[in-house]
Parts: sequence; C-alpha cells; structure tokens
Amino acid sequence: MAEIAAKPGRLDRERVLAWLQEYGVYAAVLALLVFNILFTPNFLDVGNFRTQLVQVTPIVIVSLGMALVIGTEGIDLSVGSVMALAAAVVVLYLGYGALPAIAMALLAGAVVGAVGGSLVAYVGVQPIVATLALLVGIRGLANVLVPQLREFRNPDLIALGGESIAGVPIIVIVAAVLTLAIAFVVRRTTFGRHVVAIGGNRAASELSGLPVKRTLLIVYVISGVLAAIAGVLATARLQASDPTSLGLYMELSAITAVVVGGTPLTGGRIRVLGTVMGALLMQLLSATLIKHNLPQSWTQMVQAAIILAAVYATRERGTR
Amino acid sequence: MTESSTSTPAAGTARPPAAARLDAAAERQRGVLRERVGRLLQQHGALMVLAVLVVFGSVAFESFATADNAISVIVSSSFLAIIAIGMTFVIISGGIDLSVGSLFVLGGVLAAYASQAGTLTALALPLAVCGLFGLVQGVIIARTGMAPFIVTLAGMLGARGLMLAVSHEGATTYLVEDRAFAALGQTGPFGTGLTWPVYITVALALLGMLLLQRTGFGQNVYAIGGNEDAARLMGVPVARTKILVYTMSGLLAGLAGALNAARLSSGVTILGVGLELDVIAAVVIGGTLLTGGVGGITGTMAGVLLMGVIQSLINQVGSLTSAVQQVVSGAFLALVVIAQRLLSRAQGIT
Repeated sequence: MAEIAAKPGRLDRERVLAWLQEYGVYAAVLALLVFNILFTPNFLDVGNFRTQLVQVTPIVIVSLGMALVIGTEGIDLSVGSVMALAAAVVVLYLGYGALPAIAMALLAGAVVGAVGGSLVAYVGVQPIVATLALLVGIRGLANVLVPQLREFRNPDLIALGGESIAGVPIIVIVAAVLTLAIAFVVRRTTFGRHVVAIGGNRAASELSGLPVKRTLLIVYVISGVLAAIAGVLATARLQASDPTSLGLYMELSAITAVVVGGTPLTGGRIRVLGTVMGALLMQLLSATLIKHNLPQSWTQMVQAAIILAAVYATRERGTR
Repeated sequence: MTESSTSTPAAGTARPPAAARLDAAAERQRGVLRERVGRLLQQHGALMVLAVLVVFGSVAFESFATADNAISVIVSSSFLAIIAIGMTFVIISGGIDLSVGSLFVLGGVLAAYASQAGTLTALALPLAVCGLFGLVQGVIIARTGMAPFIVTLAGMLGARGLMLAVSHEGATTYLVEDRAFAALGQTGPFGTGLTWPVYITVALALLGMLLLQRTGFGQNVYAIGGNEDAARLMGVPVARTKILVYTMSGLLAGLAGALNAARLSSGVTILGVGLELDVIAAVVIGGTLLTGGVGGITGTMAGVLLMGVIQSLINQVGSLTSAVQQVVSGAFLALVVIAQRLLSRAQGIT
C-alpha cells in the first residue's frame, strides 16, 4: 500500500514541478492580480493601471533583448549603460529633430552591441566580462557626453513619452509591438532557431555549419538596440536626459525578468511571453509591497526570495 | 633510432632523419618558449603594466612618485584587496560572487552598530552575519546546482535589504563610538602612515597564497574550476569546497566593510554600489580566468594596485572627471581581457 502511494506521490511532485516551470510565472501574476483586486484600494483605477504599465515598459523592452542573449547561453550586463548612452545621444542630436536624434541613439546602441558581440563571438571573451567592461566604460561615456541632467522641450519627443492612442500610452504600444516582433523572430525565423540551437549546444551548432559567430553578433546588436529604445522612451517620459542614474541596475532587473519568466541561464530555450510576465511579476510585486507599506528592505528581501524560488523551479533537472 | 632508419628508405625523398629531428627539436623549443612567455604575460601582465604605469606616472607628474601618494593609493586599495582575495578563490573555482558589494556595506553598518558594545563585538557581528550569508549562498549553489550568478544576485538584493532593515531604511547612520575600533581603521604601527587594514591585507594575501598553493583545499579549488565533473570523479569534495569558498568570500567582504567603517568612524549606507564589479575587474585584470581553474592571489593584488594607480594617475590630471575615469577603466578592462583571451588561446587553455 505504502509503495503504491509513494510512487504516484513522486510522479505528482515531478508533474507539479514541470507545471511550475511551464506556467508558474503566469500563475504568480494572476495570483498577485487577484490579491490586489481584493485587498488593494484603487488598484482597478485606470490611472494606476496605466502607471504600472508605463513603468514596466523599459524593463520589458530591455528584457526581450536579454532573453535572446541568455538564449545563446550569454549575458549582457551593458544594457543599463546603453540606456544612459541613448539618453545622452538623443538630447545631443535633438537640434536636428526628434527622428534623426532617435536614429542616432539607436545607432549608438547598435554600435555598443556590435562591440560586445564581436568580443564574444570573434575574440571569444566570456560574455559576462565583455559586457562588464562595456557597463563600466559606456556609462562613463554617457556622462562625458552629457555631464548633468539636461531638460529638453522638443514637442515630438515629449509626445512620444506622454501621449496615448485610444487610451493606451504610445510607450506601451511600442513595447507590445516589440514583444510580438521578438516572439515572431524566436518562433518563426531561421535566425531564431539558430539562436536557440547555439544556446543548446554551441559545439554541435558549429559542426553542423550554423553561422554561429554571426548569429551571436546579431543577438548582441539586437540587445543593444532594444536597450537604446528603452533609453529613448524613458528619456521621453522624463522629459530630461539623465545619464548618471538612468538604467542603473537595469541589467539585474532584466536578467531577473528573463529568468523568472522561465528562460534558463544555461541557454537553449527562450520564453518571450514568459519574460514579459516575469517583468510584470516583479513590477506588480514591488507595487504591491509598496502599496501595503512594506519598507524597501522587505521588498528587496522578498524579491531575492522570489528570484531564488523561480530559478529553483525552472532549473534544468536530471529528467531533461 | 631503428624506427627512423627503417622509415627513411620507404619515404624516399625525405630529408635525412637527423636534420628533421633537429628541426623538430628547435620547433618544440620555440613552442616551449612561446608558451612560457605567454603564461608569464598572462599571469604577471598586471604587474608589468603596473610597473610601466608607475614609471610613466613618476616621469609625467611631480606629485605622483611621492611617499604620500603611494601610501594613499595603498591604503585606499586595501579594502578592495581584502574582498578580492575571496573573489579570487570563488572565480578560480569557476563561480562568481555578486553579493560582496552588499555584504561590504552590511558589514560596515553592522560593525558601526555593534561598536557600541566594544571592539570585539564590532568585528564579530559583521563577520558572523556576512560569513553566514556566504555559507547559505554556498550551500544553495553546491546543493541545488543553481547558477552562482543568480544565487549571489539574489544574495546581493537580500543583503542590501538586510542592511536597509538594520539602518532603518538607510535613515540611521551608526557612528563608531569605540575609540579602539576606530583606531584599527585609522592608525598603524611603525609610524609609516600605512594603517592596520594594509597589514591585515598583506597577512590575508599571504594566507590566501598558502591556502591556494600549499594545501589540499587549494588544489581542490583549482580542480573544481578546471573541470568539475573530473574533480568529482577523482573524489574531490566538490560541495564542501564550494561552500567553504563562498563562506570565505562573505567573511572577507564583511571584514572589509567592518574595517572601512572603522576608517570612516561610521557605517555609511550608500557605499558599495557596483563594488562587486570593481572587485571582479581587479581579479580578472590580475590574470585569473573567469572560466575557472587558472589564477592566483599575486595577480589579484597587482590588479587591485593597478586600478588604484590608474585612479591616482587620473586624479593627477586634474581636469579629468570621474566619467573619463570610467571610460578609461572600461577600455582598460576590455584590453586586458582581449589580451588574456588571445594569450590563453595561444596556450591552448580554453
């Protein structure tokens, strides 16, 4: 009797863990939403909802690129500094109009991504060190370009940060479009398959003739451009360029969102929608803790616990 | 001999065997030489760059090659150095510890808080808490197989949260009331201007070298970093070694924080942001490979001093801001890792 009871029990545990790995982050977001609807006053207020969404968009956009990078078994620590650089570049070129300025900012992001990507793909430097050097250097460069907080009055850029279309902030629309685009790239394109294959087994990918180095390079360029987009949007919303503090610790938030969303750090699998959910979860969590007057110290410790629990649930187990 | 004489007629047009052997021997010798130079550059590159920079600084700036400046560089580097000793062990074992910056601040705040109860408590409390923090991280990493990057990232958040809780959300800055404890951070023996933390750093560095080079524990750390599966098969106690390594790292970060609080006479809550990256950079510049298995304390100490000297040189050029300093550090780090990568590739270390 005991034997029979033990076996299904073990199976159930496996099944629960597998289910958690697959849908845990969705369940957690749902649970938090329900909790907030029941216990947080004014949570369903449209203004509050919109604020939460607008706040989470830079993290979502950066996390999309990070998900690709982590999918290749890499990591990109430079994203926060790239956001700062984009913020600096966009105000420097604002004299030529909003569009050229934004184009220059995205170009700057692409160049930083290309430098990091080349170091990783062609020189063979470990991603964490290559992008660590960029994290330090690029933040400095952004500060050299724009030493102090600089406000601007360009109406187009301000509109990009503040206006809504049919009640949905433009920023949120951009994030949604980018999410769909990256999801499409991952699921439906050869490039996306290459990314996942490289993360799964780089040596095998090389042997089977995949363009490993080029793919790696492009992945880091995409991450750089997405970080730059996030930097431009954040700057547009702030109506000021602030290279000293913009995007500080963004790399950690983005990595957290990706990992909590079910993409393993060991690469080989990318969860795009899970990543968005991961970002939403962390945002909702800190908003909930703040709304219920928990101090920041507790917020950080709870976040740490959530990260550990999520990674524990989604880690690669012997069965796979 | 018989082998070559029988094969020569078969090869027909091949050169006389003796000449071929000579060629091969010369080639081998060249290879050995290249390998030695490469290894030397990789392990002591930071030391050489350091020497070049010191000579350059002495020639270029009058105020650089003074005893005062040297002492200030060494004193301010000592706190980073203490943390970097622990990080060297972690990185050689193939791991990484992102929590050290937070543990450094936490250690400082705890030391200042505990100094009300005397010098011994001021040292014991941060060591106990930060050591325990490292221990827990090590256990999680060793027992669950989760990535050190993520575990210590969570540790970084957790330790910062704990620090905020201890300092009432950063609103309370504890002052060090205990004279003896403050003196530990601000004075030194022999009247050289070098403070106690410098001597503690030297002692810890020597101890670290001994541990790494002369003990079974050190061998295990290298073995795990070189190839964890092979190490496990050879019977190396992988889990125990990893736990020890992360505990050490936590202890040393806490100690550095405590000594720094003694130096500043207070537990400042806003320090330590981004410190883990400085420490990792110093260790990597010192020739320890992030892939694990290769590295040492001497290189790390050179790496820490190198970063101190760069900062001092930038200070000499008064017009350069901290922003330029960041650009230089970043570029420098990139150059060093590229050089390291090329050298280790030439030696066949992957």
